[in-house]
Amino acid sequence: MTAAIKRYGVGILAIAVTFVVFVVPLLFMALIAVKDRREANRLEFSWPTNFSFVENFQEVLSARKFMLVTAFINSTILTVVSVAILVILAAMVAWVLQRRRSRWNPLINFLILAGLIIPPAVIPTIWVLQGLGLFKTLTGLIFIEVAFGISFCILLFRAFISSIPKELDEAAVIDGCGPIRLFFRVVFPLLKSVIVTVIVVQSVSIFNTFQNPLYFLPGDANATVQLTLFNFQSQFTTAYNLLFMNILLITIPPLVMYLFFNRQIVAGMTAGAVKG
Amino acid sequence: MTTNTTTAPTRAARRTDPAKPKRRSGQSAYPYWFYLPAALIYATLFLVPTFASFFFSFTRWNLTEFTWIGMDNFVQFFSEEALLKGLTNTFIYGVVTSVLKVVLGMLLAVLLTSQIIARGYLRSIIFFPVLLSSIGVGIVFTVLMDPSTGLINKALAVVGIDGPAWLTDPAWALMSVAFVDVWKGVGLATVIFIAGIVSIPSEYFEAAKMDGASPVKCFFNITLPLARPATATVIILSLIGGLRSFDLIWAMTKGGPGFTSDVIASVIFKQYQAGFYGLSTAGNVVLFLIVTAVIVPLSMFLNRKEVEA
Repeated sequence: MTAAIKRYGVGILAIAVTFVVFVVPLLFMALIAVKDRREANRLEFSWPTNFSFVENFQEVLSARKFMLVTAFINSTILTVVSVAILVILAAMVAWVLQRRRSRWNPLINFLILAGLIIPPAVIPTIWVLQGLGLFKTLTGLIFIEVAFGISFCILLFRAFISSIPKELDEAAVIDGCGPIRLFFRVVFPLLKSVIVTVIVVQSVSIFNTFQNPLYFLPGDANATVQLTLFNFQSQFTTAYNLLFMNILLITIPPLVMYLFFNRQIVAGMTAGAVKG
Repeated sequence: MTTNTTTAPTRAARRTDPAKPKRRSGQSAYPYWFYLPAALIYATLFLVPTFASFFFSFTRWNLTEFTWIGMDNFVQFFSEEALLKGLTNTFIYGVVTSVLKVVLGMLLAVLLTSQIIARGYLRSIIFFPVLLSSIGVGIVFTVLMDPSTGLINKALAVVGIDGPAWLTDPAWALMSVAFVDVWKGVGLATVIFIAGIVSIPSEYFEAAKMDGASPVKCFFNITLPLARPATATVIILSLIGGLRSFDLIWAMTKGGPGFTSDVIASVIFKQYQAGFYGLSTAGNVVLFLIVTAVIVPLSMFLNRKEVEA
């Protein structure tokens, strides 16, 4: 009896509290996004009397010469290319690091931890990028994302690779497999599940990156979605429907990722919690 | 002794024959050059700037020319009130967000691992904000926290509470952003704690129950000590995030009103915008030192091998 009260009572209370704390703000955002301008600017939590989803959608996309479209294209390129590079390079490092014991290992482990902890030195990074001719280029930002994200990816890969039996590599080597074939044809396919995790976690975080494009990729021509949203914030102070439609649009990619890859995202982000 | 005599000659032989070890490493199934592409990118865009920051923090700098000015940037950083405020705020923000995330995350995790209904829904909705963009969350909550038109104060007025001015009140601005940070990040803490609690063998709880231990006793004597790696992870992760945080503060207050909610990361950006590159880089070095001085000893302490019972 008391168990049932606890099971339903606490459960219903928790549902009510999370509804107020988590669902209401999200719902508020979605509702403002589909209201017409006058109603939206009243900023009330109410059902829209006049649905203008399509109008708002078209207007926010075409604002400032289709800047949001450019931003979505740029952010997609940024996310896809950086994640692809991250997956391949991090898997290669993790593979050798986990399999080959050498005196370099302590140094490499130290550098990986440093990459997780140390805040990047922004202006010296701009200085280096300028020297390479990559400042204010998408290519430059892609390499930045790779440099800042690789530590985390290596840790995920290394933990997974330690569960692959070493006999497998030995068998492949005896069969005459070179290191490149061994890695890309034999090992890489075995990493599939951890690759999915890395792709999902990193693409959400790179899609949401704001500080890096703010420093390293300023300018309208190179707009990314987060930076565009930030600039719209000062521009759309009298058109909350458009501002919130923009937020709604950039929320959709992570939402879709979450719906399909819920398990992998949680697994990737909690990795290391149990082992410490 | 025998091992010594057998290894010594082979080592000497290898050293005298330079071609041999090269061919051996080329033949290894795990070649060192696999490190090379990652190392190149990491070294150029992370290590070099980090080392360069130590040098340029002692200069007045405009990216092309620099003049050595010694400790002046650091002196300015610790004497100017606006900059010093950023320093203390960084600590306050980091500590407040991580404490709240640890406490709330642990409570939610205990709740979500107990026998209640709708656990799947609760877990999903609590975790979802983690994936949202800080800028989007910041804008939505700036609207919700508006002193007069905001939904939060309207709701508080209904139950008779006169809500604070949140982001526009100097005394509340930093805390308000910290609360939103907790709203966004508590889901990550919760799933980490859940992973930690689930890994505790259920025999412990069953045995304790047999001996008549209360749920509170179970929590303090079983869950808390055995979920220690998860606690360590949450503390370290949220402190690293909290001390470095920039996005949410920049989207919500830009360090205002005045500079009452500035943190080091926003000071760095403001000095960069103003063209004080040397001073900004000095801020970066200060942030680096703070983060390492807090995180390294703390993680060594939290991850030390547990001996006492």
